[in-house]
Amino acid sequence: MDTDTLALPRTHYLNAEYGITSWLLTTDHKRIGLLFLAAITFFFVIGGIFAGLIRLELLTPAGDLVGDDTYNKLFTMHGIVMIFLFLIPSIPAVLGNFLVPIMVGARDLAFPRLNLMSWYIFMIGAVVTTGAIVLGGVDTGWTFYTPFSTHASQSNVLMAGVGIFIIGFSSILTGLNFIVTIHTMRAPGMTWFRMPLFLWSIYATSLINVLGTPVLAITLVAVVLERAMHLGIFDPAYGGDPVLFQHLFWFYSHPAVYIMILPSMGVVSELIAAFSRKNIFGYTFVAFSSLAIAIFGFLVWGHHMFVAGMSVYGAMIFSVLSFLVAVPSAIKVFNWTATLYKGSISFQTPMLYALGFIGLFTIGGLTGLFLATLGVDVHVTDTYFVVAHFHYIMVGGAIMGYMGGMHYWWPKITGRMYPDLWGKISAVTIFLGFNLTFFPQFVLGYMGMPRRYHAYPDEFQALNVLSTAGASILGVGYLIPACYLLWSLKYGAVAGRNPWGAIGLEWTTTSPPPTFNFDSTPVVTTPAYAYDVIKPREPERA
Amino acid sequence: MAGQVDALYFFLLAVSAFFVILIATLIVVLGVRYRRRAHGDVGAKVVPALSLEIAWTVIPLVLGLVMFAWGANVYFAQAQPPAETLDIYVTGKQWMWKFQHLDGQREINELHVPAGRAVRVTGTSEDVIHSFFIPAFRVKADVLPGRYTTMWFNATKPGRYHIFCAEYCGTRHSGMIGTIVVMDPTEYQAWLSGGAAEGSLASQGQKLFQDLACITCHRSDGQGRGPNLEGVFGSRIELNGGATVTADEAYVRESILSPSAKVTAGFQPIMPTFQGLVSEEQLIALVEYVKSLKGRPAQAPPTQHEGPAAGEATPARPPAGNQPRQPSPGK
Repeated sequence: MDTDTLALPRTHYLNAEYGITSWLLTTDHKRIGLLFLAAITFFFVIGGIFAGLIRLELLTPAGDLVGDDTYNKLFTMHGIVMIFLFLIPSIPAVLGNFLVPIMVGARDLAFPRLNLMSWYIFMIGAVVTTGAIVLGGVDTGWTFYTPFSTHASQSNVLMAGVGIFIIGFSSILTGLNFIVTIHTMRAPGMTWFRMPLFLWSIYATSLINVLGTPVLAITLVAVVLERAMHLGIFDPAYGGDPVLFQHLFWFYSHPAVYIMILPSMGVVSELIAAFSRKNIFGYTFVAFSSLAIAIFGFLVWGHHMFVAGMSVYGAMIFSVLSFLVAVPSAIKVFNWTATLYKGSISFQTPMLYALGFIGLFTIGGLTGLFLATLGVDVHVTDTYFVVAHFHYIMVGGAIMGYMGGMHYWWPKITGRMYPDLWGKISAVTIFLGFNLTFFPQFVLGYMGMPRRYHAYPDEFQALNVLSTAGASILGVGYLIPACYLLWSLKYGAVAGRNPWGAIGLEWTTTSPPPTFNFDSTPVVTTPAYAYDVIKPREPERA
Repeated sequence: MAGQVDALYFFLLAVSAFFVILIATLIVVLGVRYRRRAHGDVGAKVVPALSLEIAWTVIPLVLGLVMFAWGANVYFAQAQPPAETLDIYVTGKQWMWKFQHLDGQREINELHVPAGRAVRVTGTSEDVIHSFFIPAFRVKADVLPGRYTTMWFNATKPGRYHIFCAEYCGTRHSGMIGTIVVMDPTEYQAWLSGGAAEGSLASQGQKLFQDLACITCHRSDGQGRGPNLEGVFGSRIELNGGATVTADEAYVRESILSPSAKVTAGFQPIMPTFQGLVSEEQLIALVEYVKSLKGRPAQAPPTQHEGPAAGEATPARPPAGNQPRQPSPGK
């Protein structure tokens, strides 16, 4: 298999059809994955520009670069764009779309046309949300807390709410498609416990999408109705309760954190196995911990509200449940680390991202314990400690996993390799830039700097300068891959079927794969990651 | 209290540092030891040991439960002020903090308190949700429209400390900051005796009680159409319908704004709402006045029924024949 495949296949999913309509009307899951890739990359750039402006403003204590209303809109729109238009769709809609059918050994998802509709719904929602931004912006914070969002804000809350409401249906339909595909379309021999761990994590994520997103939809409808018609659901003057909104919002938005991180955990399981050439230590524990996170994740929303006037007993229940949800994450980290034992470890670009993920996710997870601990949460909640914590999870975790996954499957998607040296440089730059940006924010939070502050007292400046310096390094770190990945499309070395010498059905087909993925339906006879049985080899390169 | 929070914080920090260093060391050591030496090498199949899986399930669980128990313990202490406190009221408003002292002083964005004394802050908001945050004392509590929340602290060292709004509240959120001035107790007494133009908070409340004609129904002789409020604060109230409620700040507030929500047993829901007629700060003064009646024993009703005072100021007069029955004393 080494020598016969180092040429691009004559026909594959990218050149099977030409023309703009062949893309806009495609039902090929791989092409739809690329449609999502184009959309979310655009929004990642937009969200990143907002982030850059925020960090520039915070370089000095005075609110001098932009006005206060503008600043408030910047952090709101940074949050909305990054969460709803980038992170939530990122791995599931791009890599999940591309890989789920191939990994189960199928020709496509269970509902290919529904999959295309999912992209159109996402785009309609994205256009409406972008419209809210272009037509003046939103200033409520991505959390839309009432009564600020329903009574006080003068910005485009209605339009943004409608946009996010629409996007939610895209999440639900994609999740439904994955669940049905994994249940019904696995190839002969692909039993549940032979599935790659990426599929387990996508399955768990899809469960959250299907069960949680409707609650967000209901909440947004309630906000829109309250704002437009003054129903009084959240308004104490009419007997409503503003804290009710927080319960409803976090009932979705805490599980949404797992929607963002679980797919990355799945990617990292694939990368650690592939670049250690070894079975994952404790496969069943890693697989079930994904489901445990999805289930427990629905029971901990109250830990966002410990200082919002909650009863001490309510707070204790949410606190202890939050510690329980930390256990499956710990299990994953220990199993990944143990997988290295007796491996044959190669430090190519995707592996660097995966190891970076483990380090940053560990810090993000452990600092989550500070927030679950009632007595400490009272001090650090709503400060930069929280900002640092969730960026360690979402950027250090979710985006590192996404970048690792993109670098791992890029040869499969495009048929070409990128320069590994530049890949390593990008991974290290992002890791260092990230830590310099966000580690000082833990200290800022402990010192008491509240989040969402446009101006701040002088004593917080030194750490803010460090953070802004880190952000500029981080920005460069993300630009490097944009350059060499684009370069590789034309000039990259031809990848061949299995450039990493990895195991998985996706590496048995051509790169790029044919439209229907396999020439004949594969038959699976071994567990995932059976490197001792299959002993794959990567192609020899000059 | 700040010391307790910090001790717990540094315990968490130590546990976190241990695990981060452990994982990082393992990755480096295993990465070097098992680096790929030859093209085409594969790893050895390792059969996972169940004992290891159990160990790294149980150890984080136990550590987590220790953190939970310690954290809950600190939180309980934070949630329960001692019996003797100096009471302060705070009202959040876009974008300022308004303070009311029991002696009647009012302050905006600056709060004077004595060192070495437990201070209990009861807060509410006039508009959106704010959060009252004093980082130096490690305390924070959201203030919400339509309800009271409390927090307490005991400042040990005189000095000036930040007050921040920690819950995003709009345009000037980052300008909603103030200073808490912790004073030596004798200096604090001197500051207090500077006096308040309007008299104590309770006396301001008493004046409102008269101006708003509350007094026409809530008569101290028990003959009014509303319950006599003397001795009511802090007691259990029996409601129409059989439920009971403790007459705390929130109940007094609710009874002024939504009088028919929880009506004392034996009375008719005839009181009109004062929603929109009294500000949050006036409500606080009224609450404090009702509180000041706590110590007074309720007077036994006179033997002869005199009927309510007819007054133009009475906002809603019940139709004839709908007189509430006389409440029994002490309920």
